[in-house]
Amino acid sequence: MHLAYPAVLSALLFCTGLYGVLARRNAILVLMSVELMLNAVNLNLVAFDVWLSRTAEETLHSGQALALFTIAIAAAEIGIGLAIVLAVYRNRGTSDIDKLRDTAEGHDPDGTDSDATGRALPAPQTAGEKAEATA
Amino acid sequence: MTTTTLAVLVPLLPFLGALAGLLLGRTAPGFVRPLAVLPTLASLALAATVAWRQGGGQAVDAATELTPTGSVPVELALYVDGFAALTAVLVTVVAACVQIYSTGYLRDDPRYPSYAALVSLFTSAMLLVVYSGDLMVLLVGWEVMGICSYFLVGHYWETPEARAASLKAFLVTKLGDVPFLIGLFALATDAGSFRVTRILGAVADGGIEHPTLICLLLLAGVAGKSAQFPLHTWLPDAMAGPTPVSALIHAATMVAAGVYFVARLLPLFEASQAAMTVLAVMAAVTMTGSALAALAQDDIKRVLAYSTIGQLGYMTGALAVADRGAAVFHLLSHGAFKALLFLAAGVIIHAAGTNSLAAMSRMGHLRDRVPDAYWTMTVALLALAAIPPFSGFFSKEAVLGVAEHVVTGHTEHAPAAAGWIVLLAGLVTALLTAAYATRLWLLAFRGEGPEAPDHGRQPLTMTAVLWVLAVPSLALGGFAFRVLPDWFDGHDLTPTLTTSVLGTGVALVGGIVTYATWRHTTAHAARVPLGAVAAHPEGDAGLVEAEAIASHAPAYGDIAYAPDPSDPGRLLLGPLHRPAAAGFHLDAVYTALFVRPVRAGASLVRFLDREVVETYVRGAGALPRWLGAAVRRAQTGNVQTYVSALLAGTVVLAVAAVLVATGA
Amino acid sequence: MTPAAAVATAAHATTTTAAEAHGFLSPTGVEIAFLLVGLVTFGAAVITVTTRQLVHAALWLVVALGGLAVEYLLLTAEFIAWVQVLIYVGSVVVLLLFGLMLTRAPIGRSPDADSGNRRVALAVAVAAAGALVWVVVDAFRTTWIDLDGAPAGSTEVTGASLFQHWVLPFEALSVLLLAALVGAIVLSRRAKADAAAGATGTRRDTEGAR
Repeated sequence: MHLAYPAVLSALLFCTGLYGVLARRNAILVLMSVELMLNAVNLNLVAFDVWLSRTAEETLHSGQALALFTIAIAAAEIGIGLAIVLAVYRNRGTSDIDKLRDTAEGHDPDGTDSDATGRALPAPQTAGEKAEATA
Repeated sequence: MTTTTLAVLVPLLPFLGALAGLLLGRTAPGFVRPLAVLPTLASLALAATVAWRQGGGQAVDAATELTPTGSVPVELALYVDGFAALTAVLVTVVAACVQIYSTGYLRDDPRYPSYAALVSLFTSAMLLVVYSGDLMVLLVGWEVMGICSYFLVGHYWETPEARAASLKAFLVTKLGDVPFLIGLFALATDAGSFRVTRILGAVADGGIEHPTLICLLLLAGVAGKSAQFPLHTWLPDAMAGPTPVSALIHAATMVAAGVYFVARLLPLFEASQAAMTVLAVMAAVTMTGSALAALAQDDIKRVLAYSTIGQLGYMTGALAVADRGAAVFHLLSHGAFKALLFLAAGVIIHAAGTNSLAAMSRMGHLRDRVPDAYWTMTVALLALAAIPPFSGFFSKEAVLGVAEHVVTGHTEHAPAAAGWIVLLAGLVTALLTAAYATRLWLLAFRGEGPEAPDHGRQPLTMTAVLWVLAVPSLALGGFAFRVLPDWFDGHDLTPTLTTSVLGTGVALVGGIVTYATWRHTTAHAARVPLGAVAAHPEGDAGLVEAEAIASHAPAYGDIAYAPDPSDPGRLLLGPLHRPAAAGFHLDAVYTALFVRPVRAGASLVRFLDREVVETYVRGAGALPRWLGAAVRRAQTGNVQTYVSALLAGTVVLAVAAVLVATGA
Repeated sequence: MTPAAAVATAAHATTTTAAEAHGFLSPTGVEIAFLLVGLVTFGAAVITVTTRQLVHAALWLVVALGGLAVEYLLLTAEFIAWVQVLIYVGSVVVLLLFGLMLTRAPIGRSPDADSGNRRVALAVAVAAAGALVWVVVDAFRTTWIDLDGAPAGSTEVTGASLFQHWVLPFEALSVLLLAALVGAIVLSRRAKADAAAGATGTRRDTEGAR
């Protein structure tokens, strides 16, 4: 097989994931896009490993090993990432990345943010969104 | 100890006293009064010893080079001749009296330690001027006196009058001191040295190429320091300082420094006829103008201030007719009786609670409250009016005699025109002097009306000193005119018959006319009540005086003038009364000529600085601010924007790297 | 490549052995299969990042990940293919779905699934894609993978390599997993006090809304 096939596919998947990271509003969608990027890298690693394991006698199969490690790490990362997203959701009532603007110029520190008011606020917000969505 | 050592100690002791007073004033307040009085008394004793040893004979001349300057050397030099010795005795006597008087006058004043230290410093500076044989060292003393005068006149700096007066005194004398400095440098360049002896030697050899220019430059400084026309405007306003300061600085010592300086270098001035004529005209204008102004003043101290200006005019007039013996004789006797007048005025102000003659003339029996001041002031006023046998008679007659000498052509040292100017002006001034002295005495002590309040006896320190100074005012003259020529240049100082008769007659006329006018106008007093008295009459004299000064303008509408119809001066001066009270509006002229342009210049500079220069500065700051604002807009807080920008840059860099790698 | 040309080349390729035919215009069967699955994967990925329905995004992600597993198989990396299915498809996507559920992701179209950044993101992604593809193609124009012979990624091979040469990173990875586990528990535990109040509140609201 021509090496270009997996390499090009990997590049395209990576850039798709990149688009998703930069363009999606929901934090969980961003995490999904990150998974796409990681998988693209994995494909690259495996393809090159298979190519090199034929051309060279003594190999460490480092590509496949690293791909396995990447899978494991991605799993760990998704766990932590989701825990963070849930914590943010509980604190701010939203998982919108656009609303997380603490580093903005002149922004109030965490706690006095107008979005993080109380438990009462998220329910009507999401209920309203839900109503919008289903209407 | 040698005379030289004693002479060095004379200015040194008060200086050390001042230093100790400034350092210890806060930490050891118990030592302040001894530190003020004792060094001055010691200096008096030493100055008297030096004078006795020198005895009018060989001058004590000692010098050591201070520092090589590369051109004209500056030396620490001492030159004590008869003039210096006697002037130093006068200075130390008046300074000691003033220090003792101040302990009573400023009894409760919180700033007494610094005041006393400054008076000591001033005394040491004046003694430096008197004893110095090097003009640069003299200049040091001259300038230190100026700054001490600034601090001491501004002693009551809570009052705006004192603040303004101290600045005015400083600036006007400084205005004269700049040409003075230039004149000193020119003189030293011509003569090759700052030493007085060498300069006088150069004058005798004809080595001074531009005597007129140098003399005119030096006269500017003398006019500033000795309050001669046109730089006399600071002295009446300097009365906003405490009375002992006025007695020391503005009667006996600092203002005499200019006269003393000219006396020291008189051969130089004689070398320029033009300078002598200018000096004579200056003296004449000063004498007559100040006497007229003194007749119109309401503040008792301002009367004495203008009187000082006039008497200094006598001294400069004597110098203009090339006789320094008469000038210094008048300086010595004037120092004694003018200091006495000021100190007695301080006592009166304390007792009456006001410095206004109009208010005092409406108090009955004021003289019974201050018997010491009454009698000593009478003595001093008689001396001022040059009534025989008081000391003022002899000294003033010495001046007039010298003028007459020049008029009758008995000397080549001075032009006859100068003699005529001085003689005529002197006689007119004698008349006016007697007039304002009589007016002062009548208004202060012959007032009628409600009883003056009784605040108890005046402190002993204040009254004892008055009697001490009354002795030379009474007795000095008759004794001095015989002895002094041996100390001075040897010219005869005996009063001549013509001038004595003329002078005394004129004085008596002035006194009698004033008395008659007073009798005529005093009836009006009862109809027009006038007067403002200090708010804290139980306070020490300094406090009473400060309040009196601060209340004069609000009570009467003017610092110098009071609308008093019972004032004989009004009738005597007629239409000249208002201008005379305002010093013939010289202050207004100076304001228009100098103050307004300087202020306009200052506001122009401020405008340029704010509108032009600062606009550039602000503009320079505006650009970074806009850039910052623009950059700040990128801080949206949106992480995805940040990462997008990051990755866009990375892609660009990667493409560039690849291109470079493949292209190169 | 157009489908017609692809079919023609595929027909041409079946007549020749895969090891001999090295050329773009004569793809082997593996290459065709790889290409087709790759298209499916890429399409699923594109839909994942563009769809407005959040749960559908997760499901299309499953398709993409599954497609990648097939690619691994085509590349004879069997072990990794099954690990991919197990871990990624099996647990990661499930976690994502749980996350969507717990953060009340809207079911159905949500109008604000894309942020205002998407034009810039598109530009960046397209530029990056262009650059990467061009560089890769240019670099590996004449490189072929030899897929004949024993599979390169069989369990035996992978296990031998892993536990001979990669033991230390393997153990470190287990520590990392432990850390991740503890971290996830801590992170979700700190919010648990609020979560209890929030959970009761949300339960009440969902009951009320119903």
